[in-house]
Amino acid sequence: MRRVYLDNAATTRVAPEVVEVVVAYMQDKYGNPSSVHEFGRTVRRSLQTARQQVAELINANCPGEIYFTGSGTEADNLAIKGIVLNGEGKRHIITSAVEHHAILHTCEDLEENHGCRVTYLPVNGYGMVDPASVREAIADDTALVSIMYANNEVGTIQPIREIAAICREKGVLMHTDAVQGVGQLPIDVQADGVDMLTLSAHKIYGPKGVGALYVRSGVKIRPIIHGGGQERGLRSGTEGIPAIMGLGKAAELARLRLPEYGERLTRLRDRLITGLLERVPYSCLNGHPVKRLPANANISFSSVEGEALLLDLDLHGIAASSGSACSSGSEAPSHVLTAMGVSVEEARGSVRLTLGLETSAEDIDYTIDTLAAVVERLRAFSPLGEKGAQHV
Amino acid sequence: MYNDIVIDHFTNPRNTGELADADGSGKVGSPTCGDIMMVTIKVADNRIQDVKFKTFGCGAAIASGSMLTEMVKGKTITEALQITDAMVAEALGGLPEPKLHCSNLAASALHEAIKDYQAKQNG
Repeated sequence: MRRVYLDNAATTRVAPEVVEVVVAYMQDKYGNPSSVHEFGRTVRRSLQTARQQVAELINANCPGEIYFTGSGTEADNLAIKGIVLNGEGKRHIITSAVEHHAILHTCEDLEENHGCRVTYLPVNGYGMVDPASVREAIADDTALVSIMYANNEVGTIQPIREIAAICREKGVLMHTDAVQGVGQLPIDVQADGVDMLTLSAHKIYGPKGVGALYVRSGVKIRPIIHGGGQERGLRSGTEGIPAIMGLGKAAELARLRLPEYGERLTRLRDRLITGLLERVPYSCLNGHPVKRLPANANISFSSVEGEALLLDLDLHGIAASSGSACSSGSEAPSHVLTAMGVSVEEARGSVRLTLGLETSAEDIDYTIDTLAAVVERLRAFSPLGEKGAQHV
Repeated sequence: MYNDIVIDHFTNPRNTGELADADGSGKVGSPTCGDIMMVTIKVADNRIQDVKFKTFGCGAAIASGSMLTEMVKGKTITEALQITDAMVAEALGGLPEPKLHCSNLAASALHEAIKDYQAKQNG
């Protein structure tokens, strides 16, 4: 059976060049970069190389603006808590309704336990934030605006430059979770005008367990993890060198791959989207048709349920994910699709297919054929018929 | 996540569809999860002669609809009323815990169909 991995937004396969680097820093260059001896010093120098590689990928002004963390989630936590709790006393955060839970749950915690006020900006039908709504929401006590670069579920790219320009004009810090955008889009933190940016290694063919936060020089941020003072005091804990070096290599490869990589993925993505919408009646695309991640296709099929679709796809060798994993009795459909105004039924019949380095045109055609057959089979015994009901 | 029996019923569901000349029809759904189960029955001599199901739901919902139809065919009304959702799950060799509540609706839909049949008889 053909095996097709279309869940690259969940995680990616580590590139062989990256594996080589990771192994070298476990087997041979195992020193602690804080040590004074040569074992440590050589690794300390390597750490600077990784910082440089990440800085170059996002065009940071200098490597010192890159701070390694244990994950993208940790970098998001650091960005938000590190700013809100930096002693300036500002307690208002502006974010959007479609952020990753790493942002949303951090904001909820600050609201419930640290006396913060959070504005969750709505999005339009494509999942896009209106920059004007950011301007309106900014208040005297606004500490930070955090809007994701591109959405992990529906792939919509946010108007980051416009939002960042408003923040700069108003003197408010701007953070962006770019975990899904980095590596696919030509991100330039200086041109974009953001003060902080989150990225993660395992979404760009690097290892799991490492992320990074870009913090523009001069931004006053407080650590949330205390200890030996690594990462210039912002993130204590012995550096996870093998993973960090892997991230460095992955960042270098990603930079060399752009922009051809994004263009290739966009062609395959559009072949997939067009093929599915043409082949399957009563299907629709979620998210923006053009301003979307090159790797992301998110499609709703009326009258069928996402988990059944995923299960059937899996039995045909295709790995995908759904906007509504009804894994617990009370789990609501995806907060992203709900915020976009997608009906409960359409949200429940959504499938996210995310392409990667190894995706071929044959994989795409096999997926179109298989998905069309699977939807037809499941619809044949759906009480909603093929068109679906307006409401469940 | 699912065992082989569930996968078999999911892949090749038995008795799908809707009986055109049904004697009773039942439909249940859970608003929290949103699964919908519909069962239609044909009754003769106080026995379930034929049964079909339709569902909008996950793999567990499809498998439980299919298993129920196999369990109930040929049973008397009294016997059919004794089949519970838990018995359907058991016949499937068990379902993951979160699926027991929102996706395991087949027996409930059958009971509704029997109620509908009985109401028509009395009406």
